[in-house]
Amino acid sequence: MADRNTALRAAPLDGRLVRSAHVEIVPADVASRIVLRARPEAIAPLSRALGVKLPEEPKTSAKAKASRLAGRIALWIGPDEWLVVDPNGADLMALCSKVKKLHSAVDVSHRNTAILVAGEAAQSVISAGCPQDLSPNIFPVGACSRTVLGKAEIVLVREDAHVFRVECWRSFSDYVFAFLADAARDAVI
Amino acid sequence: MLLIHCPYCKEDRPELEFSHAGEAHIVRPTNIAAIDDTAFEEMFFLRDNPKGLVYERWRHIHGCGRFFNAVRDTVSDRFLTTYKAGEPKPDPVRLSKGADVAKKGAAK
Repeated sequence: MADRNTALRAAPLDGRLVRSAHVEIVPADVASRIVLRARPEAIAPLSRALGVKLPEEPKTSAKAKASRLAGRIALWIGPDEWLVVDPNGADLMALCSKVKKLHSAVDVSHRNTAILVAGEAAQSVISAGCPQDLSPNIFPVGACSRTVLGKAEIVLVREDAHVFRVECWRSFSDYVFAFLADAARDAVI
Repeated sequence: MLLIHCPYCKEDRPELEFSHAGEAHIVRPTNIAAIDDTAFEEMFFLRDNPKGLVYERWRHIHGCGRFFNAVRDTVSDRFLTTYKAGEPKPDPVRLSKGADVAKKGAAK
């Protein structure tokens, strides 16, 4: 009898985990993501379609207000560029395709993956490789920025005082995770 | 590490996020097919590389991704100012006065 071949989908960081007294590093759940490029006149219709107001201030992010869209975030990346992440797997491309104003949306759900760094030492762990000032008054809760971690480009979001989300390219994720794991070994509080 | 002010992020950011992108304010001729080789060479290849104030393009490549212009002193490696692409050249006299003040401040 022939064997049935089934391909199981594996996330790039499946099974990885770092847990110490002061920090926990875990791969984030699968999410859908788009990179949006738009001129000012398209911001309002895109915000309506996505249910989250695209932030226009540098280094800021916005959360969807409606409870059925809980977890959807829009991150300011550049003056006309946003990264929208939805942890519930919504079809963000379909939402944007209804907007008539000129814009560009690219599905990067599989290009990116994310790592959650949580705990008292989280800021110290990220700072091991990120040159930005991450102190809470400069990089407060809700702040986000594209930056670098070691040799890899990341998008960093401060979700809570001691919780960071590190978005990185899938092919860099092994390096980024290993870098964070190494940093966690001698993190200070 | 240098801190560079990004005029789009409106913040000082670490040098690691930026890449240098050559001399600024080089105007591409509108009649590029009509100019002779010498004029093309002048525009395309030859750069001033002076000692002192230089006007440069920089890109916030690992940040907002935008190109902008900067005035830098090649002697002290100090950024005197940065401004958005398309804005006019800042007045060098006013800037170099500011640099003198900054140098005196650093000497103390």
